[in-house]
Amino acid sequence: MQNGKLDGVAELTAADVVAHLKRVREELSTQWVEEMMAKGVLVGMTPDETAYESAVIYDICVGCMETGRYDGAERYAAQMAQRGVLAGMTPAQILAGMLTLRDVFGRSIFDEYGDDQERLSQALRLYEPVANQILAIVALAFVQERESIVRQQQEAIRELSTPALQIRPGLLMLPIIGLFDSARARQLTEQLLQAIRASRARAVVIDITGVPAVDSQVANHLLQTVDACGLMGARVVLTGMSPEIAQTIVTIGVDLSRIRTVADLQTGIEEADRWLGYVVTRADPVL
Amino acid sequence: MPTQTPILKQGDYLIVSLQDAVSDTDLAALWRTLVERVGQQRIRGVVIDVSALDVIDSFACRTLTQVAQALGLRGAEAIIVGIQPDVAFSMVQLGLSVRDVRTMLDPEEAVEYLDRVTRHGPHAGRA
Repeated sequence: MQNGKLDGVAELTAADVVAHLKRVREELSTQWVEEMMAKGVLVGMTPDETAYESAVIYDICVGCMETGRYDGAERYAAQMAQRGVLAGMTPAQILAGMLTLRDVFGRSIFDEYGDDQERLSQALRLYEPVANQILAIVALAFVQERESIVRQQQEAIRELSTPALQIRPGLLMLPIIGLFDSARARQLTEQLLQAIRASRARAVVIDITGVPAVDSQVANHLLQTVDACGLMGARVVLTGMSPEIAQTIVTIGVDLSRIRTVADLQTGIEEADRWLGYVVTRADPVL
Repeated sequence: MPTQTPILKQGDYLIVSLQDAVSDTDLAALWRTLVERVGQQRIRGVVIDVSALDVIDSFACRTLTQVAQALGLRGAEAIIVGIQPDVAFSMVQLGLSVRDVRTMLDPEEAVEYLDRVTRHGPHAGRA
């Protein structure tokens, strides 16, 4: 008995399974579309669009099995993710559709090779890695698309960010909005230090009302920024400390005691005024 | 001829501008001179201008802190001025500081501060 040959029957190859799947293409893709409709997965596509897309996807999957290469699938999955959605379908629906196709393929393999345990086993061993890889590619394409969107939004926030603003001679204010990561912290700090030098500021109000969350990394960035300002002769008051952030800071155990912190912006500005010797008085209103 | 770091006298204060390329021996000599003069001339404040320094490392920090302490023991407040923005940033990233030494933006700020402080001191109004 030769290696891999059982009772004189040749071992099943990928080409054999591919040939089978190509033979039953019409039948299986129709069945796939019907099952998707029954599950309510197909939304907002005309029958023609559905027929076209499903044929394309079917062929791509069989192509992966035939060539052992997945770049076609990756390209198509990336396109699907970027189109936002396939004409109104959510990622959940698209995944459900792909899982349905996986089931349809699987059942066809069982039907075709089910009589012979050995051949069925070989067919599954050829088919399953391909099916799993395709599903993974589709899912990851959506994850990557989401991450790409988040990166773009963060970049937009960075560009919208206000630089340090002079409120009075010697007094700067820096509002921080959005997530505050290492790259942004560095950029903000460098800009602030240059502004201190340019405006000869001796007090800086850093407002974090717009910062959604503070972890130990962010807290350390703030500490470094405050220390750097100190080296240039400017004292910092941190304003906009929400109850939640205050609680977080206490819980994670970061020591912010060498920074003067207050809850609201007005109090912070009043404190800075005191440091600089400004006294605000009220005269007769004009309005 | 070794480069001498100029020491300016302004009223009761000394202002010294550190140059970038000064040898350790010249620097040590400078500190000694400062500590001596502070006692001889009844100096109330010493302004150390580091704006010419591109780098302030841990050794420099330690030295500046020690000099400030020595001057303090002799009755003068040391103020470090002119730390450049990128130097300040590098220092905090490395966790360096000149703790307990006052730092300000430039010599003008430092002199203004010293005037304020000495005006309210026990010998205020001294000529």
